[in-house]
Amino acid sequence: MLRMIPVREAILGSAILALMLLIASRFAGFIAPSNLANVFNDTAPLIILALGQMVVILTRCIDLSVAANLALTGMAVAMINVAMPDLPIPVIIVIAILLGAAMGAINGVLVWKLSIPPIVVTLGTMTIFRGIIFLISEGKWVNSHEMSAAFTGFPRAEILGLPVLSWTAILTVIVFGIMMARTPLGRSIFAVGGNPHAAVYTGINVGKTQFLAFVISGALAGLTGYLWVARYAVAYVDIAGGFELEVVAACVIGGISIAGGIGSVGGAVLGAIFLGVVKNALPVINISPFWLLAISGSAILIAVAFNAQSGRKKGRIILKSEEVPHD
Amino acid sequence: MTAHQHTPIVSMDMITKTFPGVKALDQVKLDLYPGQVTALVGENGAGKSTTVKILTGIYTPNGGTIRIDCEAVAFSSPNVASEAGITAIQQETVLFDELSVGENIFIGHAPRTPFGLIDTTKMHSTAKALLDGIGAPFSSHTPLRDLGIANKHLVAIARALSVDARVVIMDEPTAALSHKEIEELYELVDSLKAQGKAILFISHKFDEIFRIVDRYTVFRDGAFVGDGLIADIDENALVKMMVGRAVDQIFPDRSSATGEDVLQVVGYSHPTEFADIGFTLKRGEILGFYGLVGAGRSEFMQALFGITKPSKGVCKINGKIKIIRSPADAVANGIVYVPEDRGKQGAIIGLPIFQNISLPSLGRTSHNGFLRLAEEFKLAREYAERLDLRAASLDQDVGNLSGGNQQKVVIAKWLATQPQVIILDEPTKGIDIGSKAAVHEFMAELAALGLSVIMVSSEIPEVIGMSDRVIVMRDGLIVAELSDKELTPENLVRHAAGISAAKQLIEA
Repeated sequence: MLRMIPVREAILGSAILALMLLIASRFAGFIAPSNLANVFNDTAPLIILALGQMVVILTRCIDLSVAANLALTGMAVAMINVAMPDLPIPVIIVIAILLGAAMGAINGVLVWKLSIPPIVVTLGTMTIFRGIIFLISEGKWVNSHEMSAAFTGFPRAEILGLPVLSWTAILTVIVFGIMMARTPLGRSIFAVGGNPHAAVYTGINVGKTQFLAFVISGALAGLTGYLWVARYAVAYVDIAGGFELEVVAACVIGGISIAGGIGSVGGAVLGAIFLGVVKNALPVINISPFWLLAISGSAILIAVAFNAQSGRKKGRIILKSEEVPHD
Repeated sequence: MTAHQHTPIVSMDMITKTFPGVKALDQVKLDLYPGQVTALVGENGAGKSTTVKILTGIYTPNGGTIRIDCEAVAFSSPNVASEAGITAIQQETVLFDELSVGENIFIGHAPRTPFGLIDTTKMHSTAKALLDGIGAPFSSHTPLRDLGIANKHLVAIARALSVDARVVIMDEPTAALSHKEIEELYELVDSLKAQGKAILFISHKFDEIFRIVDRYTVFRDGAFVGDGLIADIDENALVKMMVGRAVDQIFPDRSSATGEDVLQVVGYSHPTEFADIGFTLKRGEILGFYGLVGAGRSEFMQALFGITKPSKGVCKINGKIKIIRSPADAVANGIVYVPEDRGKQGAIIGLPIFQNISLPSLGRTSHNGFLRLAEEFKLAREYAERLDLRAASLDQDVGNLSGGNQQKVVIAKWLATQPQVIILDEPTKGIDIGSKAAVHEFMAELAALGLSVIMVSSEIPEVIGMSDRVIVMRDGLIVAELSDKELTPENLVRHAAGISAAKQLIEA
């Protein structure tokens, strides 16, 4: 693994680099450190969510409810903040994470105990979560003047020149890097996606592992919900509408196999950054939004074609070894 | 018997089929006569399935002739065989749940209207005639998903007959049927006979062979042993023809010095799959589990390993009662299971070798919830060396290894858990003789190291050659425990097929 995946990551990294150089040739200011920091900060929510989604996709599931989970948690903590302006921010963050994790747990239980296909479960909960936002907010917005200064200020507070939002993403990447490489849970996640039948005989509980993946994805969506609402200082029913597809796209571009079992933290992060760069750069150099969509779409197709190609190569090796069992 | 019944419709003569490294059929002959049922009898691996595949045009033989009505023909494709009127009702026929019975019968060859559309009226009327002919109690408009297994089987039969078959091959048709359904199938076979069709009937069950068959042909290890009229032979003679063999396989020498009791199972039962399974396994012992396919052996092993839950029963390990609720419990208690389908249930492609080996042992290689890669490597290296695993590096993806080396990774994975009991389900199924010998050698080594081995196997020489004791299961029950002198091929087959001593007297 240490040998295989860097190839894919190196390709993606060079693609991002080439893209940035191309942009810099038209607009040199883009690669100024301060602008790159802005782009990173802008991409931070996508990075965090892509990591959660990666865990889910690795276990052969998918979580389409992340953006709705984010919006519902965001609305809930915004309303809590309006009702109790003095509640300290760490408490708000804990509430956001627990709320998100609880919603993820609902997805997980439905997949684990009722064996409903994950795409159906999360399509359903996605709609339900959006509906609940409408019910609790009665369709009204929570605006910046209603929120406390501490609430909206936290993600923008700067530590060592970077906003807390960026630091959160960096911290998440580190935690996930360790979790995936160095904990039994991380190993089980790869095993469940790689070969669920074999995982059962190894003593791994496949359903429970998938459940935990959904809880992790939900917790990150909850955390991002607070950061998102606080950063943009507004909460309403439709925030982050359609964002779940961008999150899945980041994973796919980052080489996370939709069939499960193959992928890396580095890939998911680079996939998110690639989309972030495209999204931030094209408007700057006056390229129409049409190209933005076209480039994102092409990136997804190229990434999938690339994965399919490597998957096919692997198939051939298996066949060959079956041909010569008597060697 | 009229004169034409003495001329076979289909006659296979000196048919040979080889696969790389294996001779599946060696100059076999098989004749199928009109209006008669011929049983093809043989152990697993005798070449029955290969014969069916040659008759239906899926395999092309390497030598020999197939004659239809005394004319030599070449079955180059399944289409040629079906045009010749040969049709097979497979063990697991592929049918479509969401289509109606009529559509299932005629899928691929439905009658057309002049405009090229499917003529549904004609399709359903023909289907109705076929269904009535075999006494099916449902309409051709019924959606297939509403039918039970037995009725689905009737649909499969109707589909086979819809191509105007002269030769019908039934490959273990009663395996999934209840007693009443089996009786109905017998009536159907009788009516097909009356219509003058030649029937090839493949079965392991002696009672049904003697009940409905007119002729028999016996294969052993891909070679023809004998044939004749069923009226001229009794069960014992047929069993002897089936299993009597020259000892051509050499099994490793084992000193059967076994130690204390390691595993005791008492009264394991399941609502539908098995009942009252009890036995004792000693240290260093190889205990064989023999039975026909579907006798409940794998189902019991899965319950013992915690994949399914038994309704009753106690399992003692080293004299202490242990409750095994999940595979993780089983592994923690020193029981491991190497399943039959190792390709699907063995190695995890995508993970490197060392991570595959350490996967069930992560508890030992981690500290405070974090994995120690150095210890994982140490563990993996130790077992890779013991098993002589050939790989460029333990960091390599398992998917890049050859089949044999992947198998070693799977075995290393289990040995690394330091088990006391290792369950091997059909350990040599589908592998060639050279690799079989290596697996047998390895099993003997495991037992010599003090592991207790449970070997589920359907291959008689392997069961006899490797086991200290053999438990025979039939229909979910233990019917015999054989060792030493009682452990003969005849005894195994008799107990597994349910031929009682009393019945032998009557037949004789």
